[in-house]
Amino acid sequence: MSDTPSATAELKLPKDIAAEKGLVNVQIDGSWYQFPKGTRMIEACRQVKVDVPYYCYHPKLTVPGNCRMCLVQMGMPPRPAPGQEPSRDESGYEPIGWMPRPAISCANTVAENMGIRTTGELVEKCREGVMEFLLINHPLDCPICDQAGECRLQEQSVGYGRGVSRFVDMKVKKPKNVDIGPRIRLDDERCIMCSRCIRFMDEVASDPVLGFTQRGTHTTLSVHPGRLLDSNYSLNTADICPVGALTSNDFRFQMRVWFLKETPSIDVNCGTGTNIIVHTRGNTIHRITPRQNNAVNSTWMPDSHRLNFHYIDSDSRLTEPLTLSNGKHTSITWQTAYQHAADQLRKFMPAQIAIIGSARMTNEELILLKTLRQTLSVPHLSLVPRLADPDQLLIAADRNPNTTGAQLILDTTDPYASLGTIRSAIQNNQIKALLVFGEDLITDAGFTHGELSNLDFLLQTHLLANPTANHAHLVLPGAAFAEKRGSMVNLSGRLQRLNRAVEPPLNAKDDWEIIRDLISAISGDTAKIFLIEDVFKHISATIPAFANLTLSKIGHQGTVIAETAYKIPLLENERARIASGVING
Amino acid sequence: MSTIKLTRPKLDAGEKIYFGALIKGFFLTLSHAVTSLRGKSIGAKGLNSTGLGVTMQYPETKWDDHMPEYYRGAPALVTDEQGRERCVSCQLCEFICPPKAIKIIPAEIPSDDRWAKVEKRPLAFDIDMIRCIYCGMCEEVCPEQAIYLRKDYAITGLTRADMVHDKKKLYEIGGVRIGLVNKWNELK
Ligand code: SF4
Ligand code: SF4
Ligand code: SF4
Ligand code: SF4
Ligand code: FES
Repeated sequence: MSDTPSATAELKLPKDIAAEKGLVNVQIDGSWYQFPKGTRMIEACRQVKVDVPYYCYHPKLTVPGNCRMCLVQMGMPPRPAPGQEPSRDESGYEPIGWMPRPAISCANTVAENMGIRTTGELVEKCREGVMEFLLINHPLDCPICDQAGECRLQEQSVGYGRGVSRFVDMKVKKPKNVDIGPRIRLDDERCIMCSRCIRFMDEVASDPVLGFTQRGTHTTLSVHPGRLLDSNYSLNTADICPVGALTSNDFRFQMRVWFLKETPSIDVNCGTGTNIIVHTRGNTIHRITPRQNNAVNSTWMPDSHRLNFHYIDSDSRLTEPLTLSNGKHTSITWQTAYQHAADQLRKFMPAQIAIIGSARMTNEELILLKTLRQTLSVPHLSLVPRLADPDQLLIAADRNPNTTGAQLILDTTDPYASLGTIRSAIQNNQIKALLVFGEDLITDAGFTHGELSNLDFLLQTHLLANPTANHAHLVLPGAAFAEKRGSMVNLSGRLQRLNRAVEPPLNAKDDWEIIRDLISAISGDTAKIFLIEDVFKHISATIPAFANLTLSKIGHQGTVIAETAYKIPLLENERARIASGVING
Repeated sequence: MSTIKLTRPKLDAGEKIYFGALIKGFFLTLSHAVTSLRGKSIGAKGLNSTGLGVTMQYPETKWDDHMPEYYRGAPALVTDEQGRERCVSCQLCEFICPPKAIKIIPAEIPSDDRWAKVEKRPLAFDIDMIRCIYCGMCEEVCPEQAIYLRKDYAITGLTRADMVHDKKKLYEIGGVRIGLVNKWNELK
């Protein structure tokens, strides 16, 4: 051993260098990489972009290792005889003794000087064999199967299968088109027994209603007798089912997946701000699926939120600005509508006017609402609270998606505080003009018809025909969450983006544009903002929490801009499971 | 580029006055006229001619019985030997169709239907014959052998809407076709 430091460093073995960082050296398909101890082989391969096909493995679920699709060839250095120094190559790695039998890469973790081969005759033959077994009894329903186009079995059959079947006997018949729950349809012939759905219902949804019955080729997925797969998280099983065994009733036969365009956005049904993908064809939304965000919703989503989009395409959508004359609503142009609003509002003292907004509005809409309030010098501005029971997983008690954003933008701890004041002021005739944005006061805020008919001027922007609109002198049609861009802040302080997946119908307009045009009609100031990016710039210039941000800098995974005490229960469960080593995460 | 020089043929005096060739031409035309009047034009039979010469009096006479087996006319849907509509609305033809002529609205087959086990069929199936280019891709891609290019070629209409073949019309044109795919019928 030399005593010069550089020479010592040179002599340091790769295993010691890695060990200092808590890593191990692994050879994957001939190249050496370093991974943290305890990494699963399949994850190691994925991290260095080496493709290993799999079915049953899911990073958020326990690993049963039952599909055998992830087989790879594994090798370790041979154990030296007692007293013998292991031999090393010039880079300091020990030679790898390859095992003659394959190993599953999902359940095994990496070790120092391990070798993994994901190609080669052994591995390819294994995959061909697994594929052939899986397809022996598979019905090949692809032309009518909703999974076609995003089916792992299809993909891996093309990628790793042998191409032709050697099986000549009758296929095993199993129940098809089984009704196992209100939102999920089961086709047992298509099931490849990966058990992902069973594990999900047990481990994540804590409602273990699924299980296998029978044995061998007759193994059948079924729901516990007397029970239904009716958890509010049941549709996640359709997402993780690698084949078309579990499919969504709502999406059933609606559209083939290869026609769908995917737009990343966020869910607006509660304060969690679940990340979603909106699937559209043309101007129609066909389904919504969760999008992975480990700091928000992991990879899951409640059914009730996922399915709450059909109103966007419904007949009750408002599509034209309407004015009330002689007790009837007639449609007018936007220009007339703005002018009408401005003329009416001039008739009132600022103290006679109030604004009620919504915490379903984006930050951009809220900042413009703030400007509108300043333009009119209105003393009262409130949002409408929306509270319901939380589900201890993803659904928060606060069903408004942007309460935190409203707190930041309106610079108040309770943006709902003055709703009661406004209401009593309407009752005793102090407030005569009311501007309502995106809320139905009668249904959602408990206002009465009598109170609303007390008003001399009521303006409402909304998506759908609603009881409040019946009293409104001016009804302006707004855009649904999938029709607009903008940003919201979820309960844990994460700023996230909405993206436009479809266009608003007919003459309906993006809400921020409505407020912008109202402001300029009232103030007579025609200097317009044309881009939502510019509204956001205004936010980042005036609200400290948003400083130095732009809409594009937010990114698809969001950016934390505020500290809150809120913890998403599902993530807490997941973290505990990662810490105890049951899952990878 | 290479240049090729052509030498003009030397014409003799007779050829220089082209009158001779003109007369020759008149006689040739006259002889054709006579053959045609006698109904003896070459290929007259093969071309289904009526009246004089090789002219086919379309639309009184048509090509129909002269169409080769491989002729590709209007695409149409077919039913199988048991009267089951073969199409399961997989929408592959809609996807592959180069001019986007096909529009399908899929639907579930009600559980009391005779073919409930097929689960899926088209609620509406429209082919816009103004768009269709008779390429035959739909026939080629169909996994259920449900769509074929038939021999209908005279697709006319007075409005654009007339030119859209709906499901009823498509089955009318298509008729029955006995094929190989028998995954869904009672034979299987
Ligand atoms: S699960 Fe996949 S392979 Fe099986 S029928 Fe459906 S699409 Fe085809
Ligand atoms: S239904 Fe799907 S997820 Fe469940 S075991 Fe079968 S293949 Fe796996
Ligand atoms: S023949 Fe070609 S163009 Fe016509 S419908 Fe079929 S795929 Fe489309
Ligand atoms: S490809 Fe065949 S089965 Fe599929 S929709 Fe077209 S005609 Fe129907
Ligand atoms: S993914 Fe490894 S055994 Fe299924």
